[in-house]
Amino acid sequence: MNQHSLLFQSMIYLAAAIVFVPLAKKMGLGAVLGYLIAGVIIGPSVMGFIGKEGEDIMHFAEFGVVMMLFLIGMELEPTLLWRLRTSILGLGGLQVLGSAAAIAGLAYWLGQPFNASLALGMILSLSSTAIVLQTLNEKGWMQTAAGQSAFSVLLFQDIAVIPMLAIFPLLASGAAGTTDVHESSLRDNLPAWGQTLVVLGAVAAIVVAGRYLVNPLMRIIARTRVRELFTATALLMVVAIAVLMNLVGLSSALGAFLGGVVLANSEYRHELESDIEPFKGLLLGLFFIAVGASIDFSLIMEEPLLIFGLVLGLMVIKGIVLMILGKIFKLSTDQNLLFAFALADIGEFAFVLLAFSNQVRLIDGRLSAMLTAIVAISMALTPLIMLLYEKVIQPRFTRQAPRGNERSSDEIHEKNPVIIAGFGRFGSMTGRFLRANGIKCTILDMDSDRVDALHNLGIKVYYGDASRYDLLVAAGAADARLLIVATDQYEQTRQIVTLAQKYFPHLQLLVRAQQVEDTFELMDQGVLHIYRETVDTSLRMGADALRMLGVRAYHSERAARTFFRQDERTLKGLSAMRDDKKQYLVSMRERIDEMEKLIASDRIKTWLDEGQGWDASSIRDEVRGEAES
Amino acid sequence: MARVLINFAHPALEKSRVHQQLLAAIKGIKGITFNDLYEWYPDLDVDVAREQQLLERHDIILLQHPFYWYSAPAIIKQWMDLVLEHGWAYGHTGKALQGKYLGNVISAGSAESGYHPEGRHQYPVRDFLLPFSQTAVLCNMQYLAPYVIYGVHRMDIEDIRGVAQNYRNMLEQLRDDKLTPEALTRLTYMNEALQLPSQTR
Repeated sequence: MNQHSLLFQSMIYLAAAIVFVPLAKKMGLGAVLGYLIAGVIIGPSVMGFIGKEGEDIMHFAEFGVVMMLFLIGMELEPTLLWRLRTSILGLGGLQVLGSAAAIAGLAYWLGQPFNASLALGMILSLSSTAIVLQTLNEKGWMQTAAGQSAFSVLLFQDIAVIPMLAIFPLLASGAAGTTDVHESSLRDNLPAWGQTLVVLGAVAAIVVAGRYLVNPLMRIIARTRVRELFTATALLMVVAIAVLMNLVGLSSALGAFLGGVVLANSEYRHELESDIEPFKGLLLGLFFIAVGASIDFSLIMEEPLLIFGLVLGLMVIKGIVLMILGKIFKLSTDQNLLFAFALADIGEFAFVLLAFSNQVRLIDGRLSAMLTAIVAISMALTPLIMLLYEKVIQPRFTRQAPRGNERSSDEIHEKNPVIIAGFGRFGSMTGRFLRANGIKCTILDMDSDRVDALHNLGIKVYYGDASRYDLLVAAGAADARLLIVATDQYEQTRQIVTLAQKYFPHLQLLVRAQQVEDTFELMDQGVLHIYRETVDTSLRMGADALRMLGVRAYHSERAARTFFRQDERTLKGLSAMRDDKKQYLVSMRERIDEMEKLIASDRIKTWLDEGQGWDASSIRDEVRGEAES
Repeated sequence: MARVLINFAHPALEKSRVHQQLLAAIKGIKGITFNDLYEWYPDLDVDVAREQQLLERHDIILLQHPFYWYSAPAIIKQWMDLVLEHGWAYGHTGKALQGKYLGNVISAGSAESGYHPEGRHQYPVRDFLLPFSQTAVLCNMQYLAPYVIYGVHRMDIEDIRGVAQNYRNMLEQLRDDKLTPEALTRLTYMNEALQLPSQTR
């Protein structure tokens, strides 16, 4: 069997992923680490299925990074960049500058030439977009302050790679022996300024093509109405950019990123995104496997202390720089730690830049190989570090609800009979209805954007968390008659209900519920007026559907009402059953069975009962019976 | 030509053998407006403006409904309560309906013999319809003799088809002024004018 056939290789990769990723996830290590472990296992150091030397695997696997950067580029809408401009430029810029300076200084002190030190500083200042974003997403930390800051920094780093790639040839031209390069890219025989020119030309070509060729091309493809062609075109675009970039000796990842940015404004952006998305995930996995496989264990065995020392030293340096920046940008301590932990690693762009600087003879081969191992190890450590953060560091900070920003609650200067907590799509309807009927309401909402937007519409809404006692007091809970709880998050709803029942027992509660479980819980808490949010609308829809199918309007209306009543009754019955058993967790299966049985029997009963007063059949039978006897 | 409006009310038409046939028979007759109240207002929320406009545009208003508990289905009462407004339908300034005719078209389960002093219901149908006739008077309208279809419990489908055809004929004659409403007010039952057997069996 030819172990190098594409199919065999694919099988190995896929099988490794399928075996190790679920295992890693099960152990709470995250998908990225799972891929890396898979790579190590099937790589030359352990089983040796792939990559004899561990070099040419990367080449193919880099395509995942290319895809990812294409997609990241596409995410870069001008509005997003503008919104994040301070954190991207400030936080990101300072991070790259600070880390690069510190690392370059260290390298110079360790005896590297000045230019090489500079290049090393730049290369190692970058963090891994792929791993960090993936991990932050997996843990749901993307929306935290640290997550947003990290995103800004990563964005800046991704962009910073472009000037780095342009600067490296200039740095190399100062070093000795750059001329005897035997690679086959277009610009090898050009002087340094010419190389820079070729790079800029290639970038310009992508920008122009993206602006003027893509939309017409996509329009033609769209007209064929063959769905796969869209995917093919998207892939072709990415591949073509990668090839062009390789041709001029630039990083294909960088080119793809650029292509993505150019296409961010295309009208076909969302189609392209959704077409490439699945490939991205898979190929990125492949990339991580390749990184795992390319860790040169023999090199590590030779000098384990030096290598691990360097990994540790680099990450500590980067971490310190990040911590200082976080302090300057006013991140709270727990968020600052997360920020520093997340970005202390070295990113996949380092592989690209290392290969490039080796090629232009900026740094030598052995150092490059060693650094590749260091980068891989630091990437592999990232999920572990994040795990450490999650399990050890985060719990030390009291579990504060993550507040979007540090805005303080508004002062409330009115007392009304009704308080509405939450003025989203649900509460706003209730609030508008009450207002239209001349009922004054004090409205509280925690979404500061929404509060501002409503202010602009002239609707008075107070910013604040209604699950806080002092705010309820300020809103006049002591004198109000009704408290309408229409918050979007059930956890908050529950807290408000508990608080109100404890301190303002005179308040009548009207509570919105989303899930059946929430409803049960609210029933247990003794809430009498529970409104399951979509029940009425869906039944109205059902009644309209009946009507459109030719059922009489009055019958449809009554059928919906009957169903609603029956459903509420069933729910209460189920809740009571749950109480009787004194067992909080009734098995889901049992509940569903019960529900189905009840509905089925109700259906028969309901339809027969309906309109019995108007049903002449029994009286007709009787009259006919009399006539016969 | 008289403009005829039929305000129809049956909460469970899908179960009614008689009214389904009646509706089928009168479907699409020119010059007659059919207004299905339960279909328009399944939540009993009657659109008063619409109903008043309809009344203003017609000369003869017929209330077609089953005779439930000696009266009409609930929506007819709701309709009367809301639509026949003071100052519009009655009162010093309420002249909107002046000179128009109001009448009931009724299906009753029992035979006509049931509506006699010795019968199960003791009083004639006309007596039970007193609220309607007096409402017409108060609204400056003339009350037409009611059109009653008796004994529907015992009808078979052939009977019902015959009854439905008669109903169609009656409406066409009303529309074409062959049956003058003025004359109908002097009768006790409209059935007499058509020389129909008031009782099918």
